[in-house]
Amino acid sequence: MRLNVTVNGESKQADDVWAGESLLYVLRERLGLPGSKNACEQGECGSCTVYLDDVPVCSCLVAAGQTEGRRVRTVEGLADGDRLDPVQQSFVDNGAVQCGFCTPGLVVAAHDLLGRVPDPSDEEIREALAGNLCRCTGYEKILDAVRSAALATEGS
Amino acid sequence: MDFLRPATLDEALAVKAERPGAVPLAGGTDVMVELNFDHRRPEALLDLTGIGALAEWSITDGQVVLGAGVPYTRIIAELGDTLPGLAMAARTVGSPQIRNRGTVGGNLGAASPAGDTHPVLLAAGARIEVASVRGTRLVPAEEFYTGVKRNALDPDELITAVRLPAARGLEQFAKVGTRNAMVIAVCAFALVLHPERAGVGAAIGSAAPTPRRASEAERFLAAELPWDTPGALPDSLKRRFGELVAGATEPIDDVRGSAAYRRHALAVLARRTLTWAWNDHQERGKSCA
Ligand SMILES: Cc1cc2nc3c(=O)[nH]c(=O)nc-3n(C[C@H](O)[C@H](O)[C@H](O)COP(=O)(O)OP(=O)(O)OC[C@H]3O[C@@H](n4cnc5c(N)ncnc54)[C@H](O)[C@@H]3O)c2cc1C
Ligand code: FES
Ligand code: FES
Repeated sequence: MRLNVTVNGESKQADDVWAGESLLYVLRERLGLPGSKNACEQGECGSCTVYLDDVPVCSCLVAAGQTEGRRVRTVEGLADGDRLDPVQQSFVDNGAVQCGFCTPGLVVAAHDLLGRVPDPSDEEIREALAGNLCRCTGYEKILDAVRSAALATEGS
Repeated sequence: MDFLRPATLDEALAVKAERPGAVPLAGGTDVMVELNFDHRRPEALLDLTGIGALAEWSITDGQVVLGAGVPYTRIIAELGDTLPGLAMAARTVGSPQIRNRGTVGGNLGAASPAGDTHPVLLAAGARIEVASVRGTRLVPAEEFYTGVKRNALDPDELITAVRLPAARGLEQFAKVGTRNAMVIAVCAFALVLHPERAGVGAAIGSAAPTPRRASEAERFLAAELPWDTPGALPDSLKRRFGELVAGATEPIDDVRGSAAYRRHALAVLARRTLTWAWNDHQERGKSCA
């Protein structure tokens, strides 16, 4: 089937999409957007997290056909040109990135949290990131990054 | 494999009648895992997310009609006060991303013995609204679960909604798992008390081939609770209730826990949820006085 979907503000088309294909596969393999990572394909790790119509979802569990006519925003769509989003900048500044595999999903999840709750408590941060696994950092630096991104966005 | 995308319920029912092998797809949090891992290759997927009516809820005459496709996140945000037990269960499902997509219709479709909404639906006396081109019927929750991952749907039927009373009772849900997020229940328990009619609903998850009510425990509690004089409950009553709940189980040993542990844990959950619900009952009594 042919898929029409708006990705990061641009109308995109993909052809020969298989009925059982995931949004993650379309993004990575057909639209050249490898930012969203494929690690588990079963909703456990969150590294494929993207916005679907402003709601964070695991793109590995969304059938591509379900996104027909809808809006997707991936980690590639967060920065403003060369200027990183405050959440991205904060991950860099706080050493929250080691191998980086979990980073795109965590950045999208944290971006969503700060959009809804500008000044989250530690409990709220932990709850919001509960669907994202990181095997490297031990999470402390990630929590630091989200806390300081909250401060940075508050000031702006 | 075909991807079918009906825009209305009527269209979806017509397709399901014509192609009973088409697999309904709601949030996809069960279906997509099976597709990604090649566990399932249906002839067609029947995407229900284009049908607006399935993603709505309404309240008529004290009954909530909850569309099969309302995701957990919205149940928590919009129905936390009206369906407290279901909202408690919804909060324990997976992760934020899973709750943003997963639905009660999908939980019922999958009919896993470990599905978190089932004990609540059973304890609250929910009825499942099921439709086909032949018409609509209401299936009481306790008749819906027919076996491990099997339910009472005919091949041409879809779940359209769940009907359950807007809470006047006291509702509790508790689940045992290895962490606070992203866990399939080792066991789960739901309790609903109706002081105005001395009624009790109690149901277990993940401790028998299907979710099921603990009927003997319900009858015991309905008869023994001091409904009109809500003081602290005697330990003996709580213990007996826990024993009867454990007696209603038929658990297995598996990777998540042993049968003996499940029985033990359910007795504990039963006592705890009873204490919480009874405390709420006492609080309500005070605020009415
Ligand atoms: C990482 C992860 C964590 C999870 N954690 C939990 C958890 O903690 N607790 C829990 O209970 N579950 C959990 N699940 C399982 C799943 O999220 C739930 O069962 C959810 O309710 C499924 O809803 P869905 O809309 O995504 O269903 P789908 O995957 O779309 O469908 C599930 C089944 O129901 C059928 N179906 C869907 N809608 C209808 C309908 N309207 N009529 C007829 N059949 C229908 C489908 O054909 C399929 O067989 C988890 C899943 C994942 C991937
Ligand atoms: S790849 Fe989607 S959650 Fe792991
Ligand atoms: S930085 Fe390696 S998995 Fe998180």
